[in-house]
Amino acid sequence: MADVLLRNVVKRFDEVEAVRSIDLDIRSSELVVLVGPSGCGKSTTLRMIAGLEEVTSGEIFIGGELVNDLPPKDRDIAMVFQNYALYPHMTAFENMAFGLRLRKFSKSEIRARVEDAARILDITDLLLRRPKQLSGGQRQRVAMGRAIVRHPKVFLFDEPLSNLDAKLRVQMRTEIKRVHQKVKTTTVYVTHDQVEAMTLADRVVVMNRGQVEQIGTPQELYHHPRTRFVAGFIGSPAMNFLPCRLEQNGVGMGVRVSDTVVLPVPEASAARYRGAIGRDLLFGLRPEHITEPRRNDGSEARRGREFSATLDVIEPMGMETMVYFSLGGTEVCGRVSPENAGTPGEAMLLNANVDHMHLIDPETDLVL
Amino acid sequence: MTVDAINVPTPRRGSLKSSLKRNRRWALIASYIFLVLFAIFFLTPPYYMIVTSLKSDAEVARMATNPWIVADGITLDQYKLLLTQTDFLIYFKNTAIVTICVVAITMVVSVLAAFSLGRMKFWGSGILATGIFLTYLVPDTLLFIPLFQIVRGLGLLNSYWSMVLVYPTLTVPFCTWIMIGYFQSIPKELDEAALIDGASHMQMLLKIFIPVALPGIIAATIFAFTVSWAAFVYPMAFLYSSDQLVLTVGTVTSLIRADVYKWGMLMAGALVAAGPPLIIYAFLMDYYIAGLTAGATKG
Repeated sequence: MADVLLRNVVKRFDEVEAVRSIDLDIRSSELVVLVGPSGCGKSTTLRMIAGLEEVTSGEIFIGGELVNDLPPKDRDIAMVFQNYALYPHMTAFENMAFGLRLRKFSKSEIRARVEDAARILDITDLLLRRPKQLSGGQRQRVAMGRAIVRHPKVFLFDEPLSNLDAKLRVQMRTEIKRVHQKVKTTTVYVTHDQVEAMTLADRVVVMNRGQVEQIGTPQELYHHPRTRFVAGFIGSPAMNFLPCRLEQNGVGMGVRVSDTVVLPVPEASAARYRGAIGRDLLFGLRPEHITEPRRNDGSEARRGREFSATLDVIEPMGMETMVYFSLGGTEVCGRVSPENAGTPGEAMLLNANVDHMHLIDPETDLVL
Repeated sequence: MTVDAINVPTPRRGSLKSSLKRNRRWALIASYIFLVLFAIFFLTPPYYMIVTSLKSDAEVARMATNPWIVADGITLDQYKLLLTQTDFLIYFKNTAIVTICVVAITMVVSVLAAFSLGRMKFWGSGILATGIFLTYLVPDTLLFIPLFQIVRGLGLLNSYWSMVLVYPTLTVPFCTWIMIGYFQSIPKELDEAALIDGASHMQMLLKIFIPVALPGIIAATIFAFTVSWAAFVYPMAFLYSSDQLVLTVGTVTSLIRADVYKWGMLMAGALVAAGPPLIIYAFLMDYYIAGLTAGATKG
């Protein structure tokens, strides 16, 4: 177990800057997920930690040791790849033992470690099979086993679940979390799937265009995104963004999102927005905060949060129903109880829970 | 097509089924006809060789008999004469030595070259790989003149060891090319996994790449074997004394004297000479086809 530090790490491929000056502190036995759209530099960052890509500039420390110039095998890391990268001519046992054999471990030690890892991953029965005779999920377990047997300082996962079908992905996600809780090895995990990031991570690093947008626990990112990108990337369906104008509204403030709808700014956040009165901003609100009015919260403070909209599309999900409507010319998604969902073309009274609103400066894309 | 679409019962289902069956039958009949035609076309020369090699010289020379059958009774005299009265066994030995050396040299050089060109990205590797293939495109009928100078300069003229030197100019480029393609079809994560597991480049090659690329290696081996076993132009140009000749040239020069053709022995010699490649093909055929079609389908 060891911590991983990245200091001003830059990676340039010819003219393209894939990673621009990243700073990252990954604590010992933490599970950190790097998440972002494809091409954001997350895999490159992971590969630099692994030693599979050279660092253009900056420093990487593993367990306090500068590893910039160390080859992968001397960094004491293990990696799990998206396509498993199992050696096709070796059995599961040999695949897991390969790294130990190269490191000249004794036969009994190798056997003990492989069997131990196989027990953790529940693949004891599969040890004599070759990769071809294994299903996708089983192959991924063997690939994880190959990482576990080495008892490395750091686990690196490069989109390990992307090749699996949806059901297996959820299953393996839990499995990875379970294994991590058991072996407690520092883990860096790369994915483009924000749900995977949220469910697995102790902390999530959201990356975009080669830079870190925000680092935080899943809850922090969800409730307090710092940039428009993070606000839009985390959460499914994505947060609604509406062009708006912040107005003085008597003693309080209001957000004008269309000609007819002005939503009140809650007092708690009024002070934060005071400087932006009169400016054109982006109003951000998650679908789960646009619901039908709930009777038991109809206090005085809730007044003015309700508005009527004509529904365009209805998507029943079972537990809840997504409703899509247009507000000030922008498509907006809300989340209502199935029994309250209207039909397309019908007007529906909706409530915006502005306690969870975000205002974004469209020039800097920063959340105010 | 969905399952529903398949299961929809139609009144004409029976006739549809039988028309599919009929279609398949016609396709099969057509396939068999063409396969038989091709088989006849390609097997006629070997058949003729076998028949001729089993005749006596007198019968071969007699114009009246049917050349397609052995009329006077089967005799193995041609084989006996070939093995006892000519230098055929020396040629065979020379060819075997040359071929084994050439195959060994070719495989070592081309596997190492292909691994470095195909997997270890370095400046100019792409151009080098293309360059190697281009050398294969220069025909040996053009190369033998400059090579003659080189071989003479090295003092290897009229020595079958010169063949060990010159055949790889034919085999290495092509085998390297096959192996580059094969190595490139192996996902790069495999060497990255090996690197992380602690393998050196040599260990990676020996323990991962060679076993995984075995079908490609076998295909390349068969190619190198066939080329050096059957080469004609170079030995024709560089070798002349009987103790140094190889099968192709030796058989022809010793059994054709001016306009006298010893047909029986020629055929017997050709058949015996075709033995080793035949055996190698028979054993490695499956691998050979897998090697040539590598990367055509996934997994």
